[in-house]
Amino acid sequence: MSNTERNAERCAGIEDKLVEYLDGRAKPAERRAVEEHLTACSSCRNRAEEFRHLWSALDDLPVISPSPAFDASLRARIAAEPARRGFWSWLPSPRLAFAVTALVAMSVWMASIPRVTINEKAMTGVPVEADFSMIRDLPVLENYDVLSKFDALSELQAPPNGSPTQEGTKEIR
Amino acid sequence: MLDVKAGDEQSFELLLRKYRTPLVNFLYRMVRDSAVAEDLAQEVFLRVYRARKEYAPSAKFTTWMFRIATNLALNSVRDNRHRQKEISMDHVVDAGDDEHPAMEVPDRTPTVEQQMVARSRSEVILRAVHALPEKQRAAVLLHKYQELDYDEIARILECSESALKSLLFRAYETLRAELAPLVNSVGV
Repeated sequence: MSNTERNAERCAGIEDKLVEYLDGRAKPAERRAVEEHLTACSSCRNRAEEFRHLWSALDDLPVISPSPAFDASLRARIAAEPARRGFWSWLPSPRLAFAVTALVAMSVWMASIPRVTINEKAMTGVPVEADFSMIRDLPVLENYDVLSKFDALSELQAPPNGSPTQEGTKEIR
Repeated sequence: MLDVKAGDEQSFELLLRKYRTPLVNFLYRMVRDSAVAEDLAQEVFLRVYRARKEYAPSAKFTTWMFRIATNLALNSVRDNRHRQKEISMDHVVDAGDDEHPAMEVPDRTPTVEQQMVARSRSEVILRAVHALPEKQRAAVLLHKYQELDYDEIARILECSESALKSLLFRAYETLRAELAPLVNSVGV
């Protein structure tokens, strides 16, 4: 590669950094690289100088003021904007909207839980009242002395019709 | 802008007062028509106002605002260019005894002497800026006149920082060539 080509390559490498360098925003390493090149390259040095003159000239562009009616016209356009209403706008606050949503969701969930009924009769085959009477009579049934006398009672003659008591019959307690 | 989001109308008035002049000037230098520039500037503020509830400070307010402005300006420039193409250059308007073409296209390569004699210095500069391709024009205006950071300008123009710096170099190089007689002769 000739010197001219090498210089052209270095100039091309500086181009993207030149603007940043001239407006004082280049990083230190980049600033040093540009300054080194400008010291050695008159063409880029001239270009940098002309860029500075150009920026001064660009400052001569006058600043125009908005017309006196600008603000009033803008306010009229804003006033003409339709009011936007969202889906939940009828609720006074987002918190209330969230609470209502949570309540509805919980109600739906609870309604979907299947009811479990216990069929006690199906489980045991014995009425509940019968169970209770069995338990109530349990002390008598466990008394074997009493139970052994039941056979003797069966040999007794049946009392005549209408008699309230029978001779020899004892009330077993 | 967060105060505007919270419904503070006075904060919106403050934004309006702070940014209307820079915005109108940016748009005027983009479209070169003061009436259009004001209309576009109002549209920018209107869009800011409409979007206030959804505003999230993920980027600077100026980045957001100038992005809206740049997009509106670019659309306006392209629409205007499209409309100008539709007008026949041979169309003749009957104005009594005189007949003349509806649109006379000026010579876009005036001599340096014509520039310096016929127009004021600022008009020459404005014409040169306006002659830049739209994206280069926007880059120069945001860099030189709004003094935004490179990353902000890159976000507004939706390009990388390195692409932006290349864009700026090419734009200034073009302006340097266009305005060299003006700049050198005045000895700035």
